[in-house]
Amino acid sequence: MSIRWFYYAAPQTFYGLAGRLWPWFAALAGLLALTGLAIGLVIAPADAVQGEGYRIIYIHVPTSWMSMVIYLAMAFWSILGLVFNTRLSGMMTRALAPTGALCAFLSLWTGALWGKPMWGTWWVWDARLTSELILFFLYLGYMALTSAIDDPRRSDRAGALVAIVGAVNVPIIYFSVKWWNTLHQGASVSVTQSPSMAQTMLWGMLIMALAYWAMAIALVLYRVRSLILWRERHTDWVRQLPEVRGGA
Amino acid sequence: MNIWWDNWSDFWAMGKHGLYVWGSYGVAAALVIAEVWQAQRARRLALREVQQAQLARTEEWT
Repeated sequence: MSIRWFYYAAPQTFYGLAGRLWPWFAALAGLLALTGLAIGLVIAPADAVQGEGYRIIYIHVPTSWMSMVIYLAMAFWSILGLVFNTRLSGMMTRALAPTGALCAFLSLWTGALWGKPMWGTWWVWDARLTSELILFFLYLGYMALTSAIDDPRRSDRAGALVAIVGAVNVPIIYFSVKWWNTLHQGASVSVTQSPSMAQTMLWGMLIMALAYWAMAIALVLYRVRSLILWRERHTDWVRQLPEVRGGA
Repeated sequence: MNIWWDNWSDFWAMGKHGLYVWGSYGVAAALVIAEVWQAQRARRLALREVQQAQLARTEEWT
């Protein structure tokens, strides 16, 4: 079993595997997004308190979740990379960062557009919002740092440290609404309690969350292939690839 | 499973919150498209550099 894992961790085999998998995740993401948008924007009723404005939730909550999940995934790959010294780990971490940054930005952007009509302000420096902003900066910092170091191995190692240390921020974001008195409301959906939302709304939100999951996986698999190609550009197996031979 | 809206103008108006709702969805869609475009561009660039690297290697041999 362990041998099999390392077999797929070899950039050469993972390149092929990722190439076969990403179209499926992309198609799944499209289907889920269409379903989720149809439920969220067309079928779901208005909210009793917030009227139609609450519909921002179908973007805001999934992107917020993904911004945290992706950062944890980066920390996970970084730990694997430091422990096993596999080359793929650093590339996976790097491939995750732009999608994580996108999700963190969308979380903040949609939060501001939701906060204005409901709270009367675009932004407050409360614990939830501030820690999410820090997460966005961690993504930007990771990308700036890794792109500034030319040597791939050193760059991966420096990035791994940022990913692992920064991961401390993720539980802070998640629990911020419990630990501090925040303007941001508490969790509407949690693991321990039944959700405090209408069924249709909940389904719309969960399907949109799955759509973002699938999109993130598709993008990461697609992006890691470019990274593998570039890093392995002097090797024979890359030379043999039809997409390399065809264009030259 | 009924359609919530009576007409298109209600749909676009989003009960006076149209700007906020569509501002969220619009930017989300635009950024996702931009990200896909960027990933495709990165692959094209990588392929081009790989071909150059391989070409340089071939010249070393000959």
